[in-house]
Amino acid sequence: MKALELREVEKSFKKRRGEVVCALDSVSLSVGKGEVVGILGPNGSGKSTLVRVISTLVLPDSGEVEVFGIDATRHPKQVQRSMNRVSVEASFFKKLSAMENLLYGAKLYGVTSAEARPRIKEILDNIGFAQKRATEPMEHLSRGMQQKIALARALLTSPVLMLLDEPTTGLDPRSKKDVQAFIRRIRDAHDSSILLCTHDMGEAEELCDRVGIMMDGKILALEEAEELKRRYAENGSVPTMEETFMAATGYSVEEASAEGD
Amino acid sequence: MHNRLKPRWLVEMIAVWGYVQRNYFLTKRYFMWEVVWLTFTTVNAMSITFIGAGAAQRPGAEAINIQEYMTFLLIGALIWSYLSMIFDILSETVQWERWEGTIEYTFMSPTSRVTHLLGMGVYAVVYGIIRTAIVLGVAMLAFDLDLSEANYWAALVVLAVCSISLVGFGVVAAVMPLLSPEKGQQVTYIVSALLLLVSGVYYPIKVLPEWMQVMAQFSPVTYALEGSRAALLGGVGLSQLWGSIWPLLVMGVVFVPMGLFVFHLGENYAKRTGKLKRSG
Repeated sequence: MKALELREVEKSFKKRRGEVVCALDSVSLSVGKGEVVGILGPNGSGKSTLVRVISTLVLPDSGEVEVFGIDATRHPKQVQRSMNRVSVEASFFKKLSAMENLLYGAKLYGVTSAEARPRIKEILDNIGFAQKRATEPMEHLSRGMQQKIALARALLTSPVLMLLDEPTTGLDPRSKKDVQAFIRRIRDAHDSSILLCTHDMGEAEELCDRVGIMMDGKILALEEAEELKRRYAENGSVPTMEETFMAATGYSVEEASAEGD
Repeated sequence: MHNRLKPRWLVEMIAVWGYVQRNYFLTKRYFMWEVVWLTFTTVNAMSITFIGAGAAQRPGAEAINIQEYMTFLLIGALIWSYLSMIFDILSETVQWERWEGTIEYTFMSPTSRVTHLLGMGVYAVVYGIIRTAIVLGVAMLAFDLDLSEANYWAALVVLAVCSISLVGFGVVAAVMPLLSPEKGQQVTYIVSALLLLVSGVYYPIKVLPEWMQVMAQFSPVTYALEGSRAALLGGVGLSQLWGSIWPLLVMGVVFVPMGLFVFHLGENYAKRTGKLKRSG
């Protein structure tokens, strides 16, 4: 049984002037148990909609989404128990402290404060987050620190499927490295399957077992990084991941990050 | 962690406590705003009560029992303060989290929507009782109120029953921001204003135009005020308050399931159209 399986998933949104935007166009993909799958794509390519559909926040128009064999559309509560998500915005109650936000997040998954506190301490130690800062309001913390807390919140509920939607976008290089190191540790130490959406080529190549490229709501390719690069090879030389991405989408790395929805 | 081994009911109860505790944490963090709102509510209740004192200066005032009139106004101000607070907290359930940016995390958690709204309802009732008790304490020090006949127990029962129907009413209103992220919350303010207008908070509903009196029949606040005033001013017992209690019970039975059903429809609509996404 796969950790995640999508079959022919379609999703369109109606915009104000009656225009219909196809966010997911017959998307099929799977993530095996313990596997890390990366999806590369420019902004507006459908990555976030993909994550929202899997996390039961958006209902697909058609197709099937299964998490550990359970239909996520029909039985959302069952699949919600086994997954968690980190998105590009570290969404918290900004006036509450990191600790208060974490305790609240844990309780929504049935984890009491007494059970959560030692686990929070352990996770914060692992990510190099000073315990004394955990009592400061979130709005006093840097973006990088907030993103670490977002990862801690997700990990606290022991998800077997982690959905990471551009977790390092907008972070300074140091914070980015820290967050990436933390994802690496989750990958190595926990039995979690991970779907990582990003437009950071290096991140995808380094952290993922397989990498896919998404464009205009379609998955253009999904393979091991080396295979993917070979697929777009020209003149016999294997391109870099950036060159592969450009060949597949027509976007440069900079354009992929800058292009609006 | 351990949650997969716990019985479902226990997981849901832990989550109810999570919502209550989160709101308590937020109240602490916005403490200065709490002081401001408490001051505003207290001053507002006192100002309205002074309208009764002012009536003594009007021609023909000797026909009015001023002490009773002031108590009538204060009860209206206090009960409206309590009930509108419950309605506001429930109706802002979605909008507040959308503003904070946490709505998607709440909606993708495995605990049920009933648990979510129950947690909000429990906090609203406890918070409302504490604030109203403080305002009542201040008002009792400031005014010579006519509460010699008061049947506090009967008034509390009426308010408790009304709280349930108001929670249902608030849940129906909470769905508005799911249907329209920009304009939804504005609609709930209009509903709140209409409840204030037609429910006889500061005057008997008999003085209203007939069409407003018809609207008043559908407001739980109308029956809560009728019952509470009868208990506090006239010392009326529970058996004689049945005329106020049964409409509230019916409204509770209708509004709570209806609120949850409407919320479920609104949530599905937001998930189909992608309107859960953070805005603002």
